[in-house]
Formats: sequence, C-alpha cells, structure tokens
Amino acid sequence: MKLQLSRRYRFSASHRLHSAKLGEEENRRVYGKCNNPYGHGHNYVVEVAVSGPVDQATGMIANLAELDTFVESEVIEPFDHKYLNEEIAEFRKSVPTTENICIEIFNRLRRFPRATLERVRVEETGLNSFEYSGETAGETHER
Amino acid sequence: MVYLTRKIEFSASHLYHNPAFSAEENRRVFGKCNNPHGHGHNYVLEVTVAGEPDPATGMVLDLKELKEILQREVTDRMDHRFLNYEVPELAGQIPTCENIAAVIWRLLEPKITRGHLNRVRLYETPDLFVDCYGEGNGAGARLPAGGGR
Repeated sequence: MKLQLSRRYRFSASHRLHSAKLGEEENRRVYGKCNNPYGHGHNYVVEVAVSGPVDQATGMIANLAELDTFVESEVIEPFDHKYLNEEIAEFRKSVPTTENICIEIFNRLRRFPRATLERVRVEETGLNSFEYSGETAGETHER
Repeated sequence: MVYLTRKIEFSASHLYHNPAFSAEENRRVFGKCNNPHGHGHNYVLEVTVAGEPDPATGMVLDLKELKEILQREVTDRMDHRFLNYEVPELAGQIPTCENIAAVIWRLLEPKITRGHLNRVRLYETPDLFVDCYGEGNGAGARLPAGGGR
C-alpha cells in the first residue's frame, strides 16, 4: 500500500506572457490577451502531494505544520501579490506560463526534507490546471 | 481499463494523542489536534475501482453493490463516531487522514470482487487529502530510502 498526502495552497499574482524569442506580432498571435503589456492576474491554487512512510508515533507522512511552513516560505511568501515576470528570478529568463510556474514550484519544493515530493498541480483558474511530477530534467523551458 | 469512482461523505470526530509522548510533546507535535475533547470533520471519500466493463451489463461493477459495500464497511463504522474510541480498526493508531485512508483501503480491498480497488482518496477538508494505492499501481511508488522524518 502506498500513501500520498496532498495539501492545497493559494496565492494571487500577476504575469504577462511574452517571449523575447518571438516578434511583437507573433507574441500577440501566440499569447493573445495574455500578451497585454500591462499584465493581468490570477488566483492560483497549488496542490502539493508528498509521500513517505507513515511515522508510527504520529500517524503522519509529514507534519502539516512543517509542510505549511516550508511551502509558505518557498512559494507563497515569494509569489503572493507579486508580478511574477519581474519578482521571481526564474521568470526573468522564462515565460511565466502555468506550465513553467508548476515546474518552478516543484523545483523549490523538492528540497522539503521531511517527505518525498510526488507532484505539484497548479490551477490558474477553475477551468485549467497543470501537473508536474519531475520525470523530465526539471528545468523550466525557455520560450 | 475503465476507472469508476464513487463518492461518499461521513462526519466523525477524533483527536491526536500519543500516550508515549509527554503532554508538552503532544501539544508541540499535534497542535490544535491534541485538544483532549476532540474535534470533527466532514470527510469525503472517493473510491476508485478499475476493471473492464462486463460485455453483458456494460458495468465494471454494479454501483448499487459498491454503494452497499461503502455503507457497510465505511459509513456504518465511521459516520458520527469518535474515531479514537469507536472504530476498533483504528485502535492503537493516531487517526490521521493517512491512517484512516489505510484502514479504509484494507476494509474495502477484499470486498471489491469485480474489478479491483485502484485508489482510495480521503479528504479531511477540501484542502487536505490522502491518496492510498495498492502495490504496483505506480503512483506513490517512490518511497524515500531514509525514512520520512
């Protein structure tokens, strides 16, 4: 039997989808409204899944207070109410699509020392979401 | 392979307390969940069964049968109960979402005779849930070698 613990967190942030590798016209064509030079924002939901043996003494895979503190310091505090393109170093090089946000959050959370990170799922809106389990190189993809 | 999921809800109370810990350690490790009077949740359980639809009925298994199994094995045992004291399967364990999900897996797994139990997902709140899989289902296979804590 295998157990995974999942926890949902929220942050609100703005971004602009614009690739330095594409021309102005192509950026508008590819990203549409998301290319608006002033940016726009979302209420993001981050679902974090971890696994590991259940500690017999506590009945827990990981202490939620420790997971919450880690996610808060690694993701929520740096991302919440920020302009992702400018204020998260990674997104000065790569486009802050939800795919890349998902990978960046996974890479930040994989350092959690108390359990194994299995998956990060990010909902950009209630209608679209992205999942990353780190099978590939773990680098965000430049666009 | 088709995956069929049925959802039920039950409400129950619990508290986290390890008699091997001091009172101070219990409070430090379990926080609010150590309140000796207990507290409760509306649990949501999603049970996924995997199988091939029977050509004669088009069903992986009869939903009515699954509903009765869930009623008997989970609702009758856990709904409106104090999990620490009223569910013998949890005796001696801290009734965390992890341990409750594992107990539910062990209760349901032998009862699902058409298809096989693929996943038990137990929500303690909308923002906290545990997935339980059998061996060889792939998900959750990478357990850390050095232990969790």
